[in-house]
Amino acid sequence: MKHKISFPHMGKYSVPIKKLIEELVGDSGEVMLAPSITKKTIELGSKHSPEFVCIPFKYNLGNFIEALENGATVLFHTSGDCRMGFYNEVQEQILRDLGYEFEMCILETNSRNRSLRDFYGMFKRLNPRLTYARTIKAILLAVRIVFAMDKIERYVRQNIGFETQAGTLEEIENTFLRDVAKAKSIFTVGKLYKQAMRKLESVPLNKPQNALKIGVVGELYVLMEPFSNYFIEKELAKFGIEVTRFIDVSYLLFSPKHKIPYLVKESEGYATYDIGADGTDSVAKCVYFAKNGYDGIIHLKPFGCTPEVNSIPICQKISEDLGIPILYFSFDSQTSETGVKTRLEAFYDMIEMKRETVK
Amino acid sequence: MQAYLGIDIGSISTKGVVIDADAQIIAHSYLWTEGDPIGAVKRVLAELKGQLPPAVDVVSVGTTGSARKLIGTVLGAQVVKNEITAHAVGTMSRVPDVRTILEIGGQDSKIILLNNGIVTDYAMNTICAAGTGSFLMSQAKRLGLAIDELGEMALKSQNPTRIAARCTVFAESDLVHKAQIGHKKEDIVAGICNAVVNNYLNNVGKGKKIAAPTVFQGGVSKNVGVVRAFSQVLGHEVYVDDFGHLMGCLGVAVLAKTKGNTKSFDFNIQEVSFVTKGKECEKCPNNCEIIYVYRNDDLLDSWGNRCERGVAS
Repeated sequence: MKHKISFPHMGKYSVPIKKLIEELVGDSGEVMLAPSITKKTIELGSKHSPEFVCIPFKYNLGNFIEALENGATVLFHTSGDCRMGFYNEVQEQILRDLGYEFEMCILETNSRNRSLRDFYGMFKRLNPRLTYARTIKAILLAVRIVFAMDKIERYVRQNIGFETQAGTLEEIENTFLRDVAKAKSIFTVGKLYKQAMRKLESVPLNKPQNALKIGVVGELYVLMEPFSNYFIEKELAKFGIEVTRFIDVSYLLFSPKHKIPYLVKESEGYATYDIGADGTDSVAKCVYFAKNGYDGIIHLKPFGCTPEVNSIPICQKISEDLGIPILYFSFDSQTSETGVKTRLEAFYDMIEMKRETVK
Repeated sequence: MQAYLGIDIGSISTKGVVIDADAQIIAHSYLWTEGDPIGAVKRVLAELKGQLPPAVDVVSVGTTGSARKLIGTVLGAQVVKNEITAHAVGTMSRVPDVRTILEIGGQDSKIILLNNGIVTDYAMNTICAAGTGSFLMSQAKRLGLAIDELGEMALKSQNPTRIAARCTVFAESDLVHKAQIGHKKEDIVAGICNAVVNNYLNNVGKGKKIAAPTVFQGGVSKNVGVVRAFSQVLGHEVYVDDFGHLMGCLGVAVLAKTKGNTKSFDFNIQEVSFVTKGKECEKCPNNCEIIYVYRNDDLLDSWGNRCERGVAS
């Protein structure tokens, strides 16, 4: 019997993850994507989650339930640096208690705990014909896609607020993602990436020299899954704001600038040791944004996210010392969309007024 | 004479003002929303019209509050603004050098910091309604007092009772306990007022520098006990404006005044029928709730859809 493999959504990363798994399992399995996140996903997830667990847990669980209902037999999950590291085990137990039968595999992102051999072994069980050569090729291909899509998305994020015709940039990005899903080698990915970048750069923009600039920091899941943050980056774009965010998958996994010693140095004394998970990153980037001419910072976290809660007092101090406004959001399943929009609108009014007075 | 209309449609109350070219209030109205924002606005408009001299021509309209979008569409408003900006602008038109605005309403509370006439920081309470008007209301009821008696009673206290401020549930059990061991009623009431202030400063005002001049507004500012508690904790005078409850609508009226594109506003909107319909999209499992607004059966506007599949046809 063929394995039916699924995994939770996070932004657009289902493209490289699907690719990775498909390349590794070959003919012994097929990837079936979990249905896109909707209100139903979060309702299902919340219903079966402990009340006080953070919101990424609830989204992931909702994705799993919807995938299992569609017939998935193997679920992939990742681990994390905070309590997210335990989520896969708790979720597995909840799903088994609900009566689902499946196999749970962990794509460990933390290379300290997992070697290539373990990784290979995990997929070898699903696909007995897997070789080391094929494993390495699949990893390289997926990583190449991640780098390409992150670069494209960074460009889109910074410029989407200034399109002369709404939707052009996003359409190029989506076409790239569709094409890259079929790519067989890293060379094809490179070619598609160059094509897409050329197209993106030729899109006419109506961008003023001194556009308002906002930096976004916080917890990785709510930063990268737009459904969970009420599409906050899209809302910002509507105001004609340039948005910068460092955290994406290529940054988290591979950037030397995400290492703790670098971040502590970048924090310029505001953090002298690791806060845990991405809290140090939030502090370091607040300092960076404050010192590089940004007009404001938006800090996002799931309600009850301990590392980010710990970073907030330091961010407040930075805000006060360096005179940069910071808007904080906590997301949970009940947050009202109107509340988010009201605060964003007021934040925009505020930084715009400030800009005008400085002029 | 040219004049400007501002309306603030909150969840509990609807407020309206008409101002002249010097931003002076020439008509104002304050009444309950009662779950019917369009009806409440019609009543506010009728009241305002009654107060206006005949020669006044309202040329620009602004809306704010949680129903700002709906009412903005219905009235064809030139300005639709969030409550935070509206309150800041409104307060500055009365107290130009204000540095801090404290606001405690029935369900929510906010703090706005200003410097040289611009908003530099703000916060709204996000999750918890402890320390707002509804908490005072329920505690007044528990003590068998009317809500407007609380303030005067608190002023009589020489020795306010200590009451836990963090959480309404803890505060309430603390309060019951203190009453049962024999604390005087006025001390308990003063303790509640202090608890509201401490809760506000710990949650909403956390990490913010509260500089003078400080203006306190929102329904709870009518409670002199809370006003005194604020002055004591902050160590400086807290200013309460008689028109404190109208700052939101005053703010959007001022913004409407500066907006420019003027158009004569017709107060006879009472006779027009506005109908709203909420419908679930059902084109994907997200089931976005789409709101349609009709003016005499013509579709005026619709919103609520997350993607183009939900566009009203």
